[in-house]
Amino acid sequence: MNIMSAETRVAAFPPALAVDGVSHAYGPRRVLDKVSLTVPQGQFTAVLGLNGAGKTTLLSLITRLFDTQSGSISVLGHRIDRAPGEALRRLGVVFQARTLDLDLSVMDNLLFHAALHGIGGREARRRGMAALADVGMAERAKDKARNLSGGQMRRVEIARSLLHGPSLLVLDEPTVGLDIASKQAIVTHVRSLVRDRGVGVLWTTHILDEIEPSDQILVLHLGKSLARGVVSDVVAASGKDSLRAAFAALTEAP
Amino acid sequence: MSDLTLDAPPRGFTLGQFLICLRGIMWREALRFVHQRERFVSALVRPLVWLFIFAAGFRQILGVSIIPPYETYVLYEVYVTPGLIAMIQLFNGMQSSLSMVYDREMGNMRMLLVSPFPRWFLLVSKLLASTTVSILQVAAFMIVAWLWGVDLPPWSFLTVLPALVLCGLMLGSLGMLLSSMIKQLENFAGVMNFVIFPMFFASSALYPLWLVQQSSPVVYFICRLNPFTYAVELIRFSLYGKLDFLSLAVVASATTVFTIGAILAYDPARGLLVRRGGGAP
Repeated sequence: MNIMSAETRVAAFPPALAVDGVSHAYGPRRVLDKVSLTVPQGQFTAVLGLNGAGKTTLLSLITRLFDTQSGSISVLGHRIDRAPGEALRRLGVVFQARTLDLDLSVMDNLLFHAALHGIGGREARRRGMAALADVGMAERAKDKARNLSGGQMRRVEIARSLLHGPSLLVLDEPTVGLDIASKQAIVTHVRSLVRDRGVGVLWTTHILDEIEPSDQILVLHLGKSLARGVVSDVVAASGKDSLRAAFAALTEAP
Repeated sequence: MSDLTLDAPPRGFTLGQFLICLRGIMWREALRFVHQRERFVSALVRPLVWLFIFAAGFRQILGVSIIPPYETYVLYEVYVTPGLIAMIQLFNGMQSSLSMVYDREMGNMRMLLVSPFPRWFLLVSKLLASTTVSILQVAAFMIVAWLWGVDLPPWSFLTVLPALVLCGLMLGSLGMLLSSMIKQLENFAGVMNFVIFPMFFASSALYPLWLVQQSSPVVYFICRLNPFTYAVELIRFSLYGKLDFLSLAVVASATTVFTIGAILAYDPARGLLVRRGGGAP
């Protein structure tokens, strides 16, 4: 019988993302205060927060657009500040703002992303077509990105973020501005990535309908972590009967 | 569902992967350039207007004595050509800066910055891509100038090529540094007023410095401090297969300083983008 120590298990299966005591300030303005969070592999974790909660700053730190001022962030055990290359190559990201180059075709956008991860030639094209097929956009590969709808652009961005085979996918309010059908398609696809490929997902949102009872959540408000855990536990701890009521109680002004 | 999720990737990147990344960045810059035809046309028309109209007017009123690298009297068109070549690279550098600010506002810049390759490598690759585009513009300009009758040595494009690479890097890195300081696209007009025009006019691009010195020692002093003057002179000498060591030293030093400045400005820990607060790049 193969008995594995706790340390060995942690080393062998590190969480997709570990955020530990992260604080951040823009000058005198503190926007994150000792935030901690873990996203296990193959788990959907949501960061819930109103506008200005610090969600986008947290994602900027996870993707190393900014360096952490205090605390630590690791992707699959690789510290983002000490080994940024190793951490970033295991990370896929979909930003809230559209990041496709509108002048390029859909496939050219994907090939550019592949090159930024050191993947070129036929392999990049093969992966590009496979990723587009997964989101039902293969037939639009040659179209200019500017000719896509908002929902289609988002699907292409998700396909692009998966091109290099990341273990962690980070999405910043990916359904904002989309119609109901597009929202549903994106939520369903991302959940299938968790289920079928074991990708760890960090999803920031203020739309509570996107959360399922079995999800892990972190409630963020004005830069502070107010609650953390499985949805049912957070709801029970708040003494309310639904996530909506618990979220409202946690984030309402004192 | 496809098999895109892979085993754990090996640590680090191979030289081949670095080259793939460099090629990808250059290829994207080239594609954007091809798609933005107006950018190419305006890059070509701007110096040609100076050559066809300004130089024709000044030919009769501005005398150019025999100064190195020239071995005889030259027409004003010949004198001004290196300045116009440098002007193409100056505008291209600032255009790249504008495009970086635009990319930042539109969010495209983030995709570059979250690449796992070292950030210095990504920024230098972008500089090389922008320099390559500026050299293509210069090549087109030199062909038209030659057809217009500007007398340049037949091998001048080859001898000037290293100077174009260095000057393109200097002006591109200056543009990159400026792009980190510009918060919004609207503020870019300030770059025209406070960078492009002063750099171009307070240099040896349009008139020899000895003429400037006769008119105003103060302006002459400013021209001598302007790195663009040395870019113009480096190009001027190189067109005739000669090397001006002072210009080479100043341009190489300025390139180093601007490039390091740009890399620091885009550094996630120390950069200006972080210090000034607010949104991500």
